[in-house]
Amino acid sequence: MKKVIILIGLMMSICINAFCQDVTALVKKVKAKLDKVNDYTAYGKMKTDIAFIKAPAGKVKVLYRKPNSFKLKRENGISILPKGGVSVNMSSVLAGENYSVIPSGESIVDGKPVKVVKLLPTDESGDVVLTTLYIDEVELLIKKSITNTKENGTFEMEMKYSTYASYGLPDKVIFSFSTKDYKLPKGVTLEFETGDAPKQTLKNKKGKVEIVYTSYAINKGIADSEFK
Amino acid sequence: MWKLLQIELYKIFKRPRTYISFAAITALVGVIQFGLKVDGNTYIEFMLRDLSATLDIEGKVLNGYLVCYIILQLLLVHVPLLITIVAADLISGEANMGTLRLLLTKPVSRTEVVVAKFLAATIYTFMLLVWMAVLALFLSLLVFGPGDMLNLKSGYIVQLKGSDIMWRYACAFGFAALAMLTVAALGFFLSIFAENSIGPIVATMSVIVVFTILSTLDIPVFDAIKPYLFTTHMIGWKGFFDVKVTENNEAITGSVQNMGKVLQAAGVLVLHIVGLVAASIFVFKRKDILS
Repeated sequence: MKKVIILIGLMMSICINAFCQDVTALVKKVKAKLDKVNDYTAYGKMKTDIAFIKAPAGKVKVLYRKPNSFKLKRENGISILPKGGVSVNMSSVLAGENYSVIPSGESIVDGKPVKVVKLLPTDESGDVVLTTLYIDEVELLIKKSITNTKENGTFEMEMKYSTYASYGLPDKVIFSFSTKDYKLPKGVTLEFETGDAPKQTLKNKKGKVEIVYTSYAINKGIADSEFK
Repeated sequence: MWKLLQIELYKIFKRPRTYISFAAITALVGVIQFGLKVDGNTYIEFMLRDLSATLDIEGKVLNGYLVCYIILQLLLVHVPLLITIVAADLISGEANMGTLRLLLTKPVSRTEVVVAKFLAATIYTFMLLVWMAVLALFLSLLVFGPGDMLNLKSGYIVQLKGSDIMWRYACAFGFAALAMLTVAALGFFLSIFAENSIGPIVATMSVIVVFTILSTLDIPVFDAIKPYLFTTHMIGWKGFFDVKVTENNEAITGSVQNMGKVLQAAGVLVLHIVGLVAASIFVFKRKDILS
């Protein structure tokens, strides 16, 4: 009996190890695909949907350079983004080898089967505690990610691919995140009462930022000054 | 009538006190702009402290449009006091100098005198607002540059596109003109009852100060009387800086959140102006001119 239990334990351990190696290889393949991009300049349209912010959609310019330089600029305007959220780029998440890969089963995203993989950072000093990736095994694309951070809460990214799928770059990204309440004393704002409660005029409570990319310029080089 | 108006304008702009208002606005706007230029980011950080905890705000928040909004917010509470100096002196000043009786011996009706004097006060008010617009808006745009504007309200924030702001300021200054004319009409009306300028000037200022405090106090017991105070409607210009949103919470460029309320506030102010000027004509026509 004792031998049987040891044998089953050994077999399970081998299976888990094999499965781990399997997803580690998958993550490495995805990383290799993303590594083809050293830098990019992308143009797109950004929509902000945060309960206490009324913001118009606007054109944005997104800059990325390996390993983790990221900048989002709104032309002649102000961009309001989740703290640290949008800068969490899939390439920067997978940069380096400072994480452990844990298989977490399978799921369905946009009607397609995906592998669920959790990345546990080995460096405890970073803000990211855990990243869950939903990877399309056939196309080697990250369809969705959920990042848990120490300081900035949890945010979710959903990515849709089309033209630039061969580089692992999405055409549409939706960031979802939780926000805190915003309040200023009326004595400071001296505002005109229109009788409209913000809750009636602002529909959603969870924050969401959507970027639809129209074009990418990949591996053309970006000057340092652009990130300042 | 045109001749009478010219004479009244000559009298207003001949007095040194008229230029105190222009000098005061120049100084106040200059001081605010200097302060914001030197240490404006600290002010912005304070205003956005709640927001900065969860969100990153990239871009030039402190731009000319926001600076103009801050200046208008601060000054449009105090400019009425500067308007009062001239408006509340128009009849009482003449009575004090003993020229009112002489003026009325001329072949013009009392109604014409009142209308000409109020029109002169209107022109003075408009000129003061134009001066304020030049300094607060155009000079701020020159010093701080243009950009999107963040309107920080008590419960939410409105982001306005740079290209969607100038018309809002044109409307806001138009509305501010109505608000200031209401003050001018009140000062003018009170000046009919006095033989010297101090009384109506102080009385008008007192009314504005008390009403403004009651309008801005966020205490429920005063909520019932707020709609009846003209000072509540004087800040209606801020309504132009709020926008409607779509079902997806996207701000609609070129829209105004509650235009009905803004127009209602403008209507209340127009009623005050018409009522006070009509009352001024009515009282002045029946007044015994003893000085």
